[in-house]
Amino acid sequence: MSQWIPVTSPAPLQDAQRRALRWIASLMVPPSEEHGVPGADDEAIFADILGSLGRDADAVRSVLRRLDELAGGLFADSADDAQRAAVERLRKDDAALTAVLVAVVVRCYYRDDRVMRSLGMQLRPPYPKGFEVEQGDWSLLEPVRARGRVYREVP
Amino acid sequence: MSEPVDVLIIGAGASGAAVAWSLADTRMRILCLEQGDWVKSTEYPSNGRDWEERQFGDFSTSPNRRGNAADYPIDDSDSPIKVVNFNGVGGGTILYAGHFPRMHPSDFRVRTLDGVADDWPVDYAMLEPYFALNDRMMGIAALAGDPAYPPKEAVLPPLPLGRTGTTLGRAMNRLGWHWWAADSAMATRDYEGRAKCINLGHCIAGCAQGAKASTDLTYWPHAIRQRVELRTRCRVREVTVNEHGIASGAVYYDAEGVERFQPAEVVILACNGVGTPRILLNSVSGRFPNGLANTSGLVGRNLMFHPYSSIRGYFDEPLDGYRGPHIGTWSQQFYETDHSRGFVRGYTYQFVRGQGPVLTAMTGMASGRIPWGEGHHAAYRQLFDRSAGMVAICEDLPEQHNSVTLHPQLKDAHGIPAPKITYRLSENSQRMLEHSIARGAEILQAAGARDIVTEAPLPNAGWHLMGTARMGTDPGRSVVNPWGRSHDVKNLFIVDGSIFVTSGGVNPTATIQALALYVADSIKQRLANLFD
Repeated sequence: MSQWIPVTSPAPLQDAQRRALRWIASLMVPPSEEHGVPGADDEAIFADILGSLGRDADAVRSVLRRLDELAGGLFADSADDAQRAAVERLRKDDAALTAVLVAVVVRCYYRDDRVMRSLGMQLRPPYPKGFEVEQGDWSLLEPVRARGRVYREVP
Repeated sequence: MSEPVDVLIIGAGASGAAVAWSLADTRMRILCLEQGDWVKSTEYPSNGRDWEERQFGDFSTSPNRRGNAADYPIDDSDSPIKVVNFNGVGGGTILYAGHFPRMHPSDFRVRTLDGVADDWPVDYAMLEPYFALNDRMMGIAALAGDPAYPPKEAVLPPLPLGRTGTTLGRAMNRLGWHWWAADSAMATRDYEGRAKCINLGHCIAGCAQGAKASTDLTYWPHAIRQRVELRTRCRVREVTVNEHGIASGAVYYDAEGVERFQPAEVVILACNGVGTPRILLNSVSGRFPNGLANTSGLVGRNLMFHPYSSIRGYFDEPLDGYRGPHIGTWSQQFYETDHSRGFVRGYTYQFVRGQGPVLTAMTGMASGRIPWGEGHHAAYRQLFDRSAGMVAICEDLPEQHNSVTLHPQLKDAHGIPAPKITYRLSENSQRMLEHSIARGAEILQAAGARDIVTEAPLPNAGWHLMGTARMGTDPGRSVVNPWGRSHDVKNLFIVDGSIFVTSGGVNPTATIQALALYVADSIKQRLANLFD
C-alpha cells in the first residue's frame, strides 16, 4: 500500500550542496551597480533561500545530484568552467529541474528590501494597506452596448 | 455512534454551504462534515512579505504540492490538466479568483442547438431565481446591461477598470468585439459584514481583507446562526446503506483520527467533481458492488475540466501589475457556436492584470525573456509591471473515457483510496484552444503589446471539476434525477459540479450554487413525500 504523507519540515542541505546552490544563485542573478542591487548569493538573501526551501528541498537535492553527475564529480568543488558547462547542460536538457532552481532563488531574491526598493515597490505586504487601482471610465463600453445582444436565444 | 441527524451534508464548500443555508429554515437537524478546517484571515499570505512564496507552499492551489493535513493525494499523472482545489470551510472558494459568471441559456441546450452531448433537464429560466438569490448572498460585483446575458441585477458596483482594462478594452473596441466588466465575487463596497476590496491582488491565495465571497464568510455564518452544525476535520470514508438500499449515514474519521459513524435520514454530497465520485466509488456494498448510486456505471465518468489557454503580452507603459483583483473584464465574443471556426461551442476570455515580482521572474525566465547572468536586471525591468493579457476558458464536452477512479495503491493519511484522474484533451478542445490563442494574439497586437507569450493547455488549471455524477431523466444515462436525487438511492442527493451535464465555457461556481439552492428548494417542496 502506498500511503500519502503530508509535507513535513525538510532537513537542511549539506555544506557542499549549500556551496553549489550559492554558486548557482550568483550565476543566475548577479549584483548590479547600475540598479543598486545585490546578487542572489548575497549573504542575507542566500540565508533566506536556504531557510525557505520548504517543499522544494528534495527537488533541490535532486538537481544538485544531477549537477554532480554532469560535472563528473562534486559540482561544488569543480572548476568554474566545468560548473558553467554542467549548468548549461542542465538548462538545455531539463526545464523542470531548472525551474526548481529558478523558483527557490527568485522567490527570495524578489522580496529583499534592496531589490524591492530598486523596483519602486513599497517595503510591506499587501495587507492591510492595499493598493490603488484606477477606476477607469466605463463609457468605453458604449460601442459594445450599441451593438446589442450577443447571447443565443434558446427554443 | 453519534446522535442521528435529519440531514447530513458532506463538504462545506461552495455548494455545501448554499444547501445548508437553504435547508436551515426547515428547522431540521442538519450536520455538515468537512475534512478541512476554518481558515483565519490572519493566515492568508497577503499578511506577510512572503506572500508570493506561500502561493507555492501552504496556499498552493495544488493539493499534491500543498500537502496540508486536510488534503488528500490525487494521481493526475495521466492527465495534461492537473487538479487544483482547497480543502477547508469554504472549499474551492477560499482560493478561487472570484470570477463569477453564470452559464448562459444556450449552455443548457447543447444537444438541441449544436447536436452534441446532452441537454440538461433544467434550464436557465428555471435557475434564474436561484442565480439571483445566490448573487445577493455572495455579493456579486457587476455592471448591468451585459449584452452577453439576459437582463440581470448588479448587486455591487463593478471592479475598477484600471489601466489594464482600459488598454485591452480600447483594443476590443478597435476590433469591434464584445467585452464587459467581469461579474466578480469581490465586495466593491462594504457588504453584509465583508469589508470593501482594497486591491490586495492575488485573490487566488485567499483574501486577508475578507472582501472575496468565500462561503466561510457568506453562507456559513447565516447557516450556523440558524443552528446548522458544522463539524470540521472530519473526513468521510463512505456513505452506508441499510438493507432496504436507503442511505443510513456515513463513516468518517474525526479530528483525532477516530473512526465514527454518523446516522442520517438524508445524505447530501457536496465534495466537488473529484471528491464526490471518490466517496461514492468507495461506498461498496452487496447491493452496490460497483459503488453507491452507480447502477448506470457513470459515477466518475464524463469528467470535464475547462481547458485553459494563456495569452500574455508585454507593453511599453506600466499597467496595473500585481495590484487589484486579477480579472477585471471579460469577453464573450467567441462563446456561442460558429461552425466556420472549426469547432462547436466556445470560450470566454478573462482579461487579466499583471504579475507580482516573483512570478514575473519565474515566467520571464521560463520563457527565455529574462536571462541568467548579465542582462538579467535590464530584461526584468522591461517586463515587471508591464504585462497584461487573458486566459481563455474553453468549454469541455463530456466523454466517458475522461474519468475519476479509485487508485489501486495510493491512499490518503486515513487509508482511504486516492482518486486517479484519466483525461484526454479532445480534438474539439484542441482546436478551440488554438483559436483562442490566435484571436488573443490579435487582441494584444491591437492593444500595442510588443511581445506575446502563449501557452495551452495550462497544466495547473484544473479548477473546475464537473460531470462525474451527471443529472438527467434517464437512470441508464445519468446518476441523479433533475432535482439532484440519486436514481438508485432515494435519500441521497448530490449538489456539486459532479451533476453538470455539460461544462459551459465559464467558471462554474455561480451555476453550482444556483443548482444547490434549486435542489434544496426541491427537497423542501417535497418534504412530505421526499422518498417516493
